[in-house]
Amino acid sequence: MKLPSFFSRRGSAPIARERLQIVLAHERALNGTSGDLVRILQEEILAVVARHVKIDRDMVQIKLDRGDSISTLEIDIQMPGEIAPAL
Amino acid sequence: MMEMAQMAKVLVVTSGKGGVGKTTSTAALGAALAQSGQNVVVVDFDVGLRNLDLVMGAERRVVFDLVNVIQGDAKLAQALIRDKRVDSLSLLPASQTRDKDALTPEGVARVVAELREKFDWVICDSPAGIERGATLAMRHADLAVVVTNPEVSSVRDSDRIIGLLDSKTELAERGERMEKFLLLTRYDAARAARGEMLRTEDVLEILSIPLLGIIPESQEVLRASNIGSPVTLSSPDSPPGRAYFDAARRLRGEALPVAVPEEKRGIVHRLFGRRVA
Repeated sequence: MKLPSFFSRRGSAPIARERLQIVLAHERALNGTSGDLVRILQEEILAVVARHVKIDRDMVQIKLDRGDSISTLEIDIQMPGEIAPAL
Repeated sequence: MMEMAQMAKVLVVTSGKGGVGKTTSTAALGAALAQSGQNVVVVDFDVGLRNLDLVMGAERRVVFDLVNVIQGDAKLAQALIRDKRVDSLSLLPASQTRDKDALTPEGVARVVAELREKFDWVICDSPAGIERGATLAMRHADLAVVVTNPEVSSVRDSDRIIGLLDSKTELAERGERMEKFLLLTRYDAARAARGEMLRTEDVLEILSIPLLGIIPESQEVLRASNIGSPVTLSSPDSPPGRAYFDAARRLRGEALPVAVPEEKRGIVHRLFGRRVA
């Protein structure tokens, strides 16, 4: 059930605050010193993959998530249609 | 002369996002510092979209501009416009017609160095965005005022600008830390109290830089730009006027506590109070 607009309108500021905290945590990781690392990784991984498979640069997503004890590097390469070996 | 050069401070007023109050704040802080006896120049870096001249009420006195000085077509002294109300306040206008590439890194460095010798404060009004004009405006700064509205897109852009201040400036490249201050503008205490607007502490927590001041939303600010006068000159006793004076005192190193505007008055009070304010 939807809350009456009188209630849901109150307190949109906490939502703003939470959304900002999430997006900035992500952007700081990309723009900070680790941003260079992500860029370097992206270029080199791309070069390796492109040697064997035809890929579209725009279809590559690289994400670095920094945790306290463990960080993850996520590489998402979309290859639409059939995999066409690069010549 | 040497002593003067060491004392001068180059301040960049920046934000990333447009329309948050950089130019208004440059004019008000510059005038407030000059009114307290400091020798101040405000420099418009928004080449192609100059507006500091208009906000300062000097639009009809512009003969030469920053680009003319950089390209050697005019001497610095010819381009500087001295304020008619406060004689320790000067303006270096931006060019209106030429393209943005007219600002060269070497030219900006030379002009800023020359201004340092003549003034106590060199206040650089940055254009919006993160392109050449904005990075050149912050390039030689000793300290930065980050103008932010309590609104998501402004806070996000301020965060980005803080990142640039910490990496793309001369100070940062020398491995030194740039002093950065938050100037929260268009703040509406009543809406913040109702949870409709980010509160001061929310913005401070997210951006984690010290607070220089909170400028309340006020019709005096619009009135000031309408008549071409910094608000500290046109309405020195108005809430925004006082807030800018206090911010200027903090820039000079005074440990003045920042009062967060509070909305305590009832609706009846507000209705009647508005007429007076």
